[in-house]
Amino acid sequence: MVNVVPYPEARPFWEGVAQGELRLQRCQDCGRAVFYPRALCPYCHGDRLGWFVASGSGTVYSYTTVHRGFGEFAGQAPYSLAVIDLDEGPRMLSRIVGDVTVSIDARVQVEIARFGDHNSMALPYFRVLRA
Amino acid sequence: MSTSRRAAIVGVAESDTGATPHLSVMSQQAKAAKAALDEAGLRMSDVDALLTAGSWAWGPSVSLAEYLGIRPDYLDSTNIGGSSFEAHVGHAAAAIEAGLIDVALITYGSTQRSDPFNNGLVEAADVMSRQFEEPYGVPLPIAAYALAANRYFHQYGVTSAQMAEVAVSARQWAGLNPNAYNREPITVDDVLASPMICEPLRKLDCCLVTDGGGAVVIAAEDRWTDVATHPITVLGHGEAITHSSIANMPDFTVTGAAQSGPKAMMMAGVQHADFDVVEVYDSFTITVLLTLESLGFCKPGEAGDFVARGRIAPGGEFPLNTNGGGLSYTHPGMYGIFLLIEATRQLRHDFADPLRQVAGAELALVHGTGGMLSSASTVILGRS
Repeated sequence: MVNVVPYPEARPFWEGVAQGELRLQRCQDCGRAVFYPRALCPYCHGDRLGWFVASGSGTVYSYTTVHRGFGEFAGQAPYSLAVIDLDEGPRMLSRIVGDVTVSIDARVQVEIARFGDHNSMALPYFRVLRA
Repeated sequence: MSTSRRAAIVGVAESDTGATPHLSVMSQQAKAAKAALDEAGLRMSDVDALLTAGSWAWGPSVSLAEYLGIRPDYLDSTNIGGSSFEAHVGHAAAAIEAGLIDVALITYGSTQRSDPFNNGLVEAADVMSRQFEEPYGVPLPIAAYALAANRYFHQYGVTSAQMAEVAVSARQWAGLNPNAYNREPITVDDVLASPMICEPLRKLDCCLVTDGGGAVVIAAEDRWTDVATHPITVLGHGEAITHSSIANMPDFTVTGAAQSGPKAMMMAGVQHADFDVVEVYDSFTITVLLTLESLGFCKPGEAGDFVARGRIAPGGEFPLNTNGGGLSYTHPGMYGIFLLIEATRQLRHDFADPLRQVAGAELALVHGTGGMLSSASTVILGRS
């Protein structure tokens, strides 16, 4: 069962996920969007970071299809993981839901869902947008 | 490097590797340390610096000093992954140059094959990985290297068959090493027919899972006349970190070797064409391709061609990973110390077999990669 205990500066992110939103931070000094949640901007090292709701759209930078899962994920293979360049700038790793077929440069959209065990917490997954 | 007070590797040894249910993480390191010191003609009481890495203790160098019955006054438990031991060489050489120490002992041990629950490897992911990787079922480290490989293939059109040459050549070198875990020859087709684990990485693209330990003894030049071996001089070193988790790697096709390599080569005052033998961390076949490019031995996207036609195999023009590497010799979780041991032996001309020994080897480059292509550490070693 997937369960995440948010670290303090990540609580707004996980509260957003629980409400169906993908929230990112934005540096009030340099204006760049930041993920994962931090206390300092990793670009300009300013300490004024605010939150906003991201579009949830992105482009696949790379992916892998897992054929040998482990632990609680063993029965779920094959499944695809992707590193996604969010339209707002930051890159995040997630899992592709629906059809596992994915390619680099594919457009994807966030889909906040529970996967597997009904006790699992909601996570931001991504679905490939097919033309 | 300044010529004020040089450092050299004066002793190297492995403990038993492969499957070693008769050894612990500590006894592996103790046995390797004793053998390396014996080879150099030094005693445990000569050691004034102890450097080791692992997560079998909160302070590995502290625990090991007690186990060995020594009280060194320079301790380093720096753990940056499999490249830690190349970093330790740099740290020891700098301390020798500064006049802080005379004799440094670097060790590693792991029982990950025989005792997976007490194996000396990193057990707990960091807090970011637990929040943003683990919930998705990311098998690490292989998924990280697979993500890099797919991006690399996409950008440059390199293929799995080209990448497989790395595993085929490693196995040929292992055939010449009686201590190698897997020695039977394999073909590109064998690699491509092995089970897919994480696309595009198949089983034979992956390093071994073995036990093993090793030790490297470094001495200041004042002590070289005391030692029984040919000292192998540390000519340059460099370290770099580009990211921790794979999603934060700036460019999946360029590793920190692009920083640590030039830094080490500039310190040593050497060029790419000067190297007789090269030992680079081969956690996966993709690691070797990316490392060769990032070090500058070939241009981006050209590593597939660079390793083709037996070029890195025994008898080839670019002897690489001459003990069989982590792919075929041994890989006890962190492999970096074995790169140093092999390079030292090549530069000492230890091997009688003319295929196993790189003829007249004078200069070696050793490069460790740690974590999820996260950390890089380069060491340049010379015979004279």
